[in-house]
Amino acid sequence: MKRKWNVKMEIIGLVLAVLWLVPFYLMFVNSFKTKREIFTSTIALPGLWNLENYIEAYEELDFLRTLFNSLFITITSVLLIVLFSAMGAYALSRAKSKFSSVFFYLFVAAMLIPFQSVMIPLVTVFGRFEMLNQAGLIFMYIGFGASLSIFLYHGALNNISRSLDEAATIDGANRWQVFWHIIFPMLKPITVTVAILNIIWIWNDYLLPSLVINQPGKETIPLKMFFFFGEYTKQWHLAMAGLTLAIVPVIIFYFFAQRAIIKGVSDGAIK
Amino acid sequence: MRTKSYSYWLFLAPVLIALALVVVVPMLLGVYYSFTSWNGIVTGDFVGFENYINVFKDERFMDALWFTVKFSVVSVIMINVIGLSLALLVTSHVKSSKLLRTVFFMPNLIGGLILGFIWQFIFIKVFAAIGEIIGMESLQGWLSTTNTGFWGLTILMSWQMAGYIMVIYIAYLEGMPKELLEASAIDGATSVQRFRFVVFPLVAPAFTVSMFLTLSNTFKLYDQNLSLTGGGPYNSTEMVAMEIFQTAFTQNVFAYAQAKAVIFFVIVALVALIQVYINKRREVEM
Repeated sequence: MKRKWNVKMEIIGLVLAVLWLVPFYLMFVNSFKTKREIFTSTIALPGLWNLENYIEAYEELDFLRTLFNSLFITITSVLLIVLFSAMGAYALSRAKSKFSSVFFYLFVAAMLIPFQSVMIPLVTVFGRFEMLNQAGLIFMYIGFGASLSIFLYHGALNNISRSLDEAATIDGANRWQVFWHIIFPMLKPITVTVAILNIIWIWNDYLLPSLVINQPGKETIPLKMFFFFGEYTKQWHLAMAGLTLAIVPVIIFYFFAQRAIIKGVSDGAIK
Repeated sequence: MRTKSYSYWLFLAPVLIALALVVVVPMLLGVYYSFTSWNGIVTGDFVGFENYINVFKDERFMDALWFTVKFSVVSVIMINVIGLSLALLVTSHVKSSKLLRTVFFMPNLIGGLILGFIWQFIFIKVFAAIGEIIGMESLQGWLSTTNTGFWGLTILMSWQMAGYIMVIYIAYLEGMPKELLEASAIDGATSVQRFRFVVFPLVAPAFTVSMFLTLSNTFKLYDQNLSLTGGGPYNSTEMVAMEIFQTAFTQNVFAYAQAKAVIFFVIVALVALIQVYINKRREVEM
């Protein structure tokens, strides 16, 4: 049974969608205005599509280096989280024992701990061992990211029959080979979910990197955003250009991986 | 695989070590430090519950806690109402369904810090400009009072998270058997009745998931708080996460801040456990 096209809902939907995009519109149009123009005309299109703000913001942000820092931290952390969580969850799901259930519940329980509750000892301990650097940050992301990732992998692994493992072992494969050649490829859908959830989180994370790698030349994109929002001076025209630059990589990612992203976020929340 | 085998531990070691050093050890150390006069370098004396007693007398902390509770309750309601409405809208035979989902979900991909900065511009500059055009005094000076700061934060969070919650409701709505809806329509149920007696009971599990996610996200909010209001004016829009950060890294009273952090953990964990308990009980009933 096919129902009628709902014109009323269609119009309401489109109006709301426009409303949802208004903040981005305002950011975008004001990124081309001069300091003075923002004060006299905030909502209208700019008189001149002037790229000067972008040139200045690009330099102030040291954009290429900052982008590279963000990419480096995010990609390395996510690769390691996927690798280690899949391995860990495999061990937990295939060896049913008291150890395994204790470890599994430990990972689950760790999800309850808010970052602020471990923040102060974490930073002081890592500081004492000279680990407040990029390597330390990536290691911390593995620790914080492991819980949800293990949980998702564990669920998926329980749906893969153990007879597969046994068959491969009889054929002479060792654990390592069984995992990488047979099991891991079968986990691809959940790997996409795990990767997407961790990419979104790490790419946008502000507080942890601000405590661990906040030094010239090492900043990620969120850390650099404070440049335009000083205590007393607000350079709105530069800020709008800087914020637009910061959002562009995310929009590109969204454009290409939209379906996987929405599916990943929804699966990650429901499972 | 056996737990005694060499490969078991090899597979498990990396995540186990990371979890231990990043979460478990700092958590245990933190609980211990909260009973001392630790200053970041020297552990100091054991002071018993002194830090905890002081926390409950700390007006700034209690204000932040109260602000956080008010903000969370209002935001959770707004986000869920808007999120469910958007989900019903995009699943109601509209041609632009895909486009609408894409647009409503978009803010979730962008960091809270950046979104807070964008909205700071909107509340301060754009609201003032609109107020001037249409002659509305109340649009001037947003974020400069506690009240406008509060509503600014809830508007920002509703705009950001509604699309996220929408995606969750959609997953449940689309998993709903179509025959049920059609049967009820044939039997003459109005759309309100259909929602109340057919859709609502079937998406009930989605409420549990969404409530939990919105509550945990709003209660632990930090980035948006920092970039939108910075806690101002006079710390009156400061939420718990930010208050703990300030106590630790601006005032440098580590042990005291850690006691607040432990209390924060207890509250968050209690809320989550109550949530799981209700969830389980409902599953049994169904």
